This record gives sequence, structure tokens and C-alpha cells, in this order.
Amino acid sequence: MSDKDPSKLRPNRPKLALHVPEPPFRPGDTPDFSSLKIPAAGSAPRPDVAAPATETHPLTTHLVRVLGDDHKAVGPWDPKLDPDTLRKMLRDMVTVRIFDDRMYRAQRQGKTSFYMKCTGEEAIAVAAAAALDREDMHFPTYRQQGLLVARGYPLIEMMCQIYSNKGDKLQGRQLPVMYSDKAHGFFSISGNLGTQFPQAVGWAMGAAIKGDSRIAMGWTGEGATAEGDFHSALTFATVYNAPVILAIVNNQWAISSFSGIAGGEHATFAQRALGYGVAGMRVDGNDALAVFAAVRWASDRARSNLGPTLIEFFTYRAEGHSTSDDPSGYRPVNEAKAWPLGDPIERLKAHLTTIGEWDEERHAALLEEAAAEVRAAQREAERKGTLTSASIDFPQDVRTMFNDVFEEMPWHLKEQQQAMVDELEAKRRWPS
Amino acid sequence: MAVMNMIQALNSAHDVMLGRDENIVVLGEDVGYFGGVFRVTEGLQKKYGTTRVFDTPIAENGIIATAIGMAAYGLRPIAEIQFTDYIYPAYDQIVSEASRLRYRTAGEWSVPMVIRSPYGGGIFGGQTHSQSTEALFAHVAGVKTVIPSTPYDAKGLLIAAIEDNDPVLFFEPKRIYNGPFDGFFDRPLTPWAKHPASEVPEGYYSIPIGKASVVRAGEDVTILCYGTMVHVTLATVRELGIDAEVIDLRTIVPLDIETIEQSVQKTGRCVVVHEATRTNGFGAELAALVQERCFYHLEAPVQRATGFDTPYPHSLEWAYFPGPVRIGTALKKALEV
Repeated sequence: MSDKDPSKLRPNRPKLALHVPEPPFRPGDTPDFSSLKIPAAGSAPRPDVAAPATETHPLTTHLVRVLGDDHKAVGPWDPKLDPDTLRKMLRDMVTVRIFDDRMYRAQRQGKTSFYMKCTGEEAIAVAAAAALDREDMHFPTYRQQGLLVARGYPLIEMMCQIYSNKGDKLQGRQLPVMYSDKAHGFFSISGNLGTQFPQAVGWAMGAAIKGDSRIAMGWTGEGATAEGDFHSALTFATVYNAPVILAIVNNQWAISSFSGIAGGEHATFAQRALGYGVAGMRVDGNDALAVFAAVRWASDRARSNLGPTLIEFFTYRAEGHSTSDDPSGYRPVNEAKAWPLGDPIERLKAHLTTIGEWDEERHAALLEEAAAEVRAAQREAERKGTLTSASIDFPQDVRTMFNDVFEEMPWHLKEQQQAMVDELEAKRRWPS
Repeated sequence: MAVMNMIQALNSAHDVMLGRDENIVVLGEDVGYFGGVFRVTEGLQKKYGTTRVFDTPIAENGIIATAIGMAAYGLRPIAEIQFTDYIYPAYDQIVSEASRLRYRTAGEWSVPMVIRSPYGGGIFGGQTHSQSTEALFAHVAGVKTVIPSTPYDAKGLLIAAIEDNDPVLFFEPKRIYNGPFDGFFDRPLTPWAKHPASEVPEGYYSIPIGKASVVRAGEDVTILCYGTMVHVTLATVRELGIDAEVIDLRTIVPLDIETIEQSVQKTGRCVVVHEATRTNGFGAELAALVQERCFYHLEAPVQRATGFDTPYPHSLEWAYFPGPVRIGTALKKALEV
């Protein structure tokens, strides 16, 4: 490198310029998504489950949609679900939204430290759960609470975890919403983003090594696709033809960074499938039927040893990243309303109504029932305490802090455990 | 019994365990058909098949992440990181995931995984094939760290590590793969065959994790060491004629504190030896523990003989390496007061 001023080194060449992506709208702007290309429902072709991956690749810039503007299901991706399944999905989505609202409020009331809603994204986890077998294993992020609700995990268990109370099976060790439940096929959530994506591939490789018939589904947001773990997940998935579905929930926002900061300006996230030679598609994440159809297609493919599928669910994070976030600081407050793919619950409700399987009366009753169920669970959970209600010291026995670091507690942890107990005793006498 | 070098002993441990437990799988860069760059997994793919022993892409984070997934599925993976210098891309998966899964799920999931990795210098490997990374993992709650120093220990400890239900880092001092090393790089290499610990049972046996080994009893000073440095230390005290008690820690987490305390309380002096960089090295923890627990038995400050706080230099490798002269200097300081 010359010591000379680099700008004078080759004066005839154009000056290089760094591009820092900026979202189209900032607070105060009027969001206008009219330039966003939204293909008509039913227009995406549906390749055979056994088609070569390349045949799916046109779908990575398309958008698999089933529910049309007239609320009817159209096209080759229509999963032709019976009304009971549709109503079950609607009920689960409604429950998730009410649950989110209650827990958000509980956090605001000081009953816990943190909460994360998935408002506007309910269709994705709920329909994915409906499309997979009950025994398949999910490696979720923190916005797939719909998987647990759809699989019938008790709401009270979720709430006890959120409250880190005496009923929390994770013994207060995890931040609220970082659930884990093996029996419901729900792998422990990590707060470190992207780590679960290649772990899902490893689980699927294990199933393939053992000749199992269960498959895995890994989840990430579009923001964490920038992590090296994303690349490793796709690489291992394609190398070993792992029976896994890899889902990117593109909700447009990673805290305050729009999808362009994750590399979404020049290509869709689904297009990344091309470089790995795996099947890929982009799906309307606010269309429960499209989500169901895509996941079922990918699971049929994985179960037949035909390899992994990368699915981008195109959606919008209608609320803040978490209770610690205020999106009005970085995007227009009415952007969610302007989002052209609509609200997933309203769309499924309208579809059911259109086909004559639902009406306002039944919907009002559903809202009431679900709210009552959530309220009852909350009452029950709060009987076991909240993060902040513990009258003596801590919600859990402090000695449990040292359990499960290892299967058997080594001497140094036993010593530290005793020191902790002594410290609490000393605290009671403090300052004497 | 058979005479084995450390590579053969480690290979035998794999063979025994792959035969005993069909949930064990071996994965890593070049470990399959080729049998690993140091030949530790030679012949295993042929014997157990490509779905039990297989090559991975060059992605250490991917290797450990998929191994965690396999462990979550119910397998017991043995993952090789070709050189411990390459382990950093996997640090997040080890530190944030493998080590904490049991804790964060209150025991619902665990990661019975062994991460094997050739480690340490002395083979002219330069900065990226010579490091000793044990302290970076000893600092982390939830992983065990094992470092063998002989073929016999290597096999027994690896079998114990494979049977352990927690993640174990198993660092293999590559300088002593083929023979013990006295620390004088310009002397001829001694093969393992001349060392009693090359007598290795062909079948199953295990050595408990967390137990040190007193490899030389002595009265005047306690030397705490592991891996390659066990042999360098033994040669040093032999040549200097010092009646040292030499303790091969074998496992640094969990540590065998009892053996250390008993010895230091007897000798009243302590020297810590490791090849890794000095500042915040595991020696610092050992020195702290010894002064906390044996202060009134100590006749002199605890001394450290370690690598320097520089990257491992290629051409100056033997100036970096904590050889007999550096250990001897530390011993003299510990003994002169």
C-alpha cells in the first residue's frame, strides 16, 4: 500500500461508493407498497413432489398463494382442506393472538421481564403444525408459539415459563418465550439467532441414519439468514440430502433493520435455494392455506428421501420485535395496516365465511371462548406465582441454580452451591 | 495387550465403542474414507459404513451444530475438529448451545457428544496448527475438558468421554501422537513402544474423567501439568535431579482438586506448566486454587511455566515452547525461597 493519499492515486477512475441499504419508508412517511409485485392467488405452478429442485426454482421469485381477493381457494396449491381442519387452524390462530395480547399486558403489568408477540404471523406456525405429523420435530425461533398452541401444549405451561414461576418446567432458567418441550416436538429455543437451523439438519440426519420416518423443520427469521449457521444448514442439508424443511420467516424487520440489511434487496431469501441445489419457494405467509400446502409438499418430499426444501414465508411483523422495542422509532406506525397481504386471521375467517362454514356469530363465540380459555389459564398460572411476585427471595429454590450444568454435580459446583446458600443467609442478616 | 502409539490407541477406542453402541457416529473433515489427517479414524468407515463414519464439509460450526442435532435426536456423535485452531467457528455452538442445553431445558435434552481435536504445538504447524485452547473452554459452564498424555490414558479417557452424557472436549496433544517428548526438539524422537503406557488393552476399558494421575511421586515440589508437558516436565526433573511430584491432571474440568491439595500440602511448593499462552491460562486458575486452599502450606509463591502471550510463531516455535529450561527456571524460583 502506498503512503500516497489514495484519492489521488488514480484520479481518472470513478470514486468508489459504499451502499448502505435504507428501507423505503421511515417514520412520518406514508407507506406505499403498490410497487410490491403480488402475484394473483392460484397463479403459481405446483411442481410434482418428486420434481428436480430446479423445477421449483421459478417459485423462489413467485409467491405461492391460494386465497384470492374473493376469499376463495384457487389454483394447484389449494390443499382442499376439510372445514374442520380450517376451523381448527382459525381457532389456533385466534388463540395465539389473544394469548400474545394477554402476555404482552402481563409484561406491562410487571409480572414478567419480557415478551414477544407474533402478531400478523400466526398463520405460518399454525398451518405448518397442521401440515406436519405430530411426531415431526421443530427447531423453532421465538416467534413460533403457534406450533405449541396448534399441537395442544397447555397454555398454562407456556405461561408458567413466561412467569418463570414455580410451575415452570424449565425452572426459571430461560428468558420468557424460550420454550422447550420434547413431547410436543418443540426443540429448546436459543436466544442466539440461527443456531437451531443447522441443528435441525443434524436431527434430520440422525433420523436418516436411523431409517426413521420422522422429519425435522428448522426455522429462522430473514435477519438471521446472514449468520454463518444459515449457510452451514443449507450446505449440510444438500450434501446429505437431509429430510428437513428449512423455513425463513421473512417478516421484513429484524428489530430495526429492514430485510435489505440481511441481503434482501437484490434477491429473495428463497432464491438462496438455487446456489445449494435444493428445492425452494416463496409463499404468502399470511395465507394459511398456502402455508399448509407448501409445508405439506415439502414434507412429502422429505419423507420420500427427495431432499430438503427452503421455504420463504413472506409476511410482516405487525408489532414490535419484543416488549423492549418501539417500532415507531424506525418505521411508519401505520405500515402494518398498509401491508398488502392483509391479516392472516381475517383472511382465513373470510374464506371460511365465503364457503359457508363460518359466520360472525360463530366468530364472536370463538373469540369469547378463546379469551376465556386464556384467562382461565392465566389465573391458574398466576397461582404458581409470577417472576416478580415471589415474597421470599426468588421464585425458585436457589440451590436448583446449580443443577443440570452437568448430569452429575462436580465438587466445584457443590462448593459454589453451598456458598450461595450461605450468601442468602448472610443477606438476611445484612449488614451485620 | 498390544503396543500402540496414541493414534492407534484412539483408533482402538473408536473401534471398541462403534462396535458396542450403534448410536455412536463419527463425523468430521477427512475422517471417512481417508481416515483423518492424523489417521485416528483409519479403517473405521470401511468397518462400520458410511452412515456411521463420514466426511463433513469444511464448516466447523456446521459440524458441531449438526452433531448437537444428532445428539438431540438420540445419537452419540464423536465430532473431529481437524486442528483445535479451527474450532472458533464452532465456538457459539459449543458455548451457547451444547454446553447449555441440559441446563436451559432442566434436563429435558442433553448433548452426549465428544469433540476430539488435535492440539498443541511442536510440529512446526505455525500459528494455525499449534494452539492450545483449553482455557477458552474451561471458562465455560457445562463442558468437560480432557487432555490425555499417553496411549493408555488416551484410549481409556476417550471411552469415558464417549460414555459421558455431557459434551466433552477431548484435546489430543499432537506432538506426542507418535512418541513421548522430552522437550528437546533436537534430540532423536523416542517411539511410544519404549514407554510402558504404550501397553494398551485391545478391548474395552475406561478411565474416569475428573481423576488426575500422580506420574512421579516426590517430596520437594508439586508440578501440575497435562498433555505434552507431562513428558517435558518428567524429563526436566530427571535431568535436573529434582525430587518433584508430577501430577498429570488428565481432566481440567472437572478438576481433581483432592489430588492437587494432598500433594501441595505435602511438598509446600507448586509449579504449573502449560503450553498455552500465559495470561488467563488454565495455570492462573490452578495457581488461584492452590493459594486459596493450600496457602498455609506454601513455602514459596506458585510459579508458572507457560507459552508466551504471542501467537505461536512458525520459525521461532522452539523459542515459544515452554521447554525444560523454562520449566527449570520456574522450579528454581519455587525451590529457592
